[in-house]
Amino acid sequence: MDTQTLTYIFVGFSFALYIGIAIWSRAGSTAEFYIAGGDVHPIANGMATAADWMSAASFISMAGIIAFSGYDASVYLMGWTGGYVLLALLLAPYLRKFGQFTVPDFIGERYYSKTARVVAVICLIIISFTYIAGQMRGVGVVFSRFLELPIEWGVIVGMGIVFFYAVLGGMKGITYTQVAQYCVLIFAYLVPAVFISILITGNPVPQLGLGSDVVGGDVSVLAQLDGALVDLGFTAFTEGSKSKLDMFAITLALMVGTAGLPHVIVRFFTVPKVSDARRSAGYALVFIALLYTTAPAVGAFARLNYIHSVDQQSYAEAPGWVKTWEGIGLIAWMDKNDDGVIQYGAGAPFEGRADYTGETGPSGERLLANAPTDAANEIVVDRDIMVLANPEIAGLPGWVVALVAAGGVAAALSTAAGLLLVISASISHDLLKKTFRPQISERAELLAARGSAAAAIVVAGYLGINPPGFVAQVVALAFGLAASSLFPAIFMGIFFKAMNREGAIAGMVAGIVFTLSYIIYFKSPWFGAVNNADHWLFGISPEGIGAVGMAVNFAVAAGVARFTAKTPPGVRDMVDAIRIPTSVAASEK
Amino acid sequence: MDRKSEQPELADKAKLYWRENIKLVCGLLVVWFIVSFGAGILFVDVLNKVQLGGVPLGFWFAQQGSILVFVVLIFVYVGRMRAIEKRFGVSDE
Repeated sequence: MDTQTLTYIFVGFSFALYIGIAIWSRAGSTAEFYIAGGDVHPIANGMATAADWMSAASFISMAGIIAFSGYDASVYLMGWTGGYVLLALLLAPYLRKFGQFTVPDFIGERYYSKTARVVAVICLIIISFTYIAGQMRGVGVVFSRFLELPIEWGVIVGMGIVFFYAVLGGMKGITYTQVAQYCVLIFAYLVPAVFISILITGNPVPQLGLGSDVVGGDVSVLAQLDGALVDLGFTAFTEGSKSKLDMFAITLALMVGTAGLPHVIVRFFTVPKVSDARRSAGYALVFIALLYTTAPAVGAFARLNYIHSVDQQSYAEAPGWVKTWEGIGLIAWMDKNDDGVIQYGAGAPFEGRADYTGETGPSGERLLANAPTDAANEIVVDRDIMVLANPEIAGLPGWVVALVAAGGVAAALSTAAGLLLVISASISHDLLKKTFRPQISERAELLAARGSAAAAIVVAGYLGINPPGFVAQVVALAFGLAASSLFPAIFMGIFFKAMNREGAIAGMVAGIVFTLSYIIYFKSPWFGAVNNADHWLFGISPEGIGAVGMAVNFAVAAGVARFTAKTPPGVRDMVDAIRIPTSVAASEK
Repeated sequence: MDRKSEQPELADKAKLYWRENIKLVCGLLVVWFIVSFGAGILFVDVLNKVQLGGVPLGFWFAQQGSILVFVVLIFVYVGRMRAIEKRFGVSDE
């Protein structure tokens, strides 16, 4: 059977599974729709959190980023896992004790203010839509490559599936599909990693393969990779090019952002007890670490394989995957010295993004209209394809390729569904029920929740078809926004009784406005700003600015709280109650 | 604090419990900071002079070690909190 048929079977089977689970676990009440009834086992919740959390960026982009930026990519590895320590130690148990439906619920009640709730909803919507755009684009990439559908159709199919189980099942449906999606995605990630590790190092454990010697030699994978890259004019794989301050800021923004992401936080509302929330965060990180400790090995192997299969290879004899990915515009080769051989090296081969003329050159390559650069390098590859192309590059059988396609779709869909749910809950619960139309019935609220989930899917699909930037880059910005707005407000709400309504609102507004303006200033084409270290504030990139935004939030909040009315006694009692797992203290209320 | 003075014993217990919790969290966050920001970023160059099974140590912390320590930290927190909560009689298990 050819790879494409296998892919249809694998992806089709996984879709049938998700739909089956959705029908089995329909939500009948708002509690089931928002928090799955609050009785999810901590291990199941850990798996669901891991799938919710590991998006197209983790599955598709991260190993590619590691492959092409080596040590610099450590910010993602540490940032996207270290946040769970903050979540488990500082937020999850207390939010579970508080025990409502949404993140704005907590902010609205703790800061005794509808304004605080609405500000939190606005922050949540900005964060979640930034994040979801990347997921839909990920679905599009997988579909267009493996099922040979146009990207738009890929996005529409993905929307249809998510629509089905998110709208029907709410949090309950999403939770159990995410458990299935975790199993699919982790299996799809580990199988090729193990094969490739065996091929390159003879060691079946990729985490150990990273430090092992290459088969038939006495040089370790990393040493060989460092040597090969330096020869080609790159920085060594194990050394970075980012400044320490920027590395620090990005890692901090990603960690704090992780702890402040509403779709992750809300998962801890679904377990029965406070102690379960802590334990569940631990299980979630175990499930995540399984992929995250594999990714550096996958990245290093992929880069090594990539160098060997393209550098100094005649294009006519290049492996098939080079041509298939070139066919959908994610690889471009410009034969600058007309020798028919691919030369690989540092620097961009030509100016700007690949602009294919539609004609083919003497070796059969797609010709480019771009102006060549002085660099000797002739080939450019989209980093997002490394995980998807890895099995082909390593010459693995078709079913592995098909499995990876199903895994990529699972990663993107599980995260998209989680995001859609928090968006719809914030609209139907926080805006309608708790702010503007408190008199609506539970049935009407449930209908509104389904309606807003459906509307959010349409917006997400639009963003997926007209994507801003590549997957991980867009996603990385959402963390800065979460770090600078929601995290400080929740954290201070639990640990500082003196933090009042005025302080929290001013802090959230200042933090998100500062961070968003900085990102838009450097990332959008509107201001003509030069996006490099010489122009950044203190040399901190837009990816890392959330760390500064968080500091702005804390400082503004503390300043404003000093000069405004104190927190009312009832709210202080509520804080006392959420700090203790049992209801003993709560009975004082 | 006002209403709590009626039940001084309970309020004191809650306060002591909270203090223990804060102490534990601070200790764990110090380790969290050292393995990631410390070993993985600030002191990576020094640590890279040492090799751990074919991987420079600083690089290993940045891409593997810190993640493994994070997992351990959460489970240590879960275990210690369980003990603290039993001691203060506020366990929900």
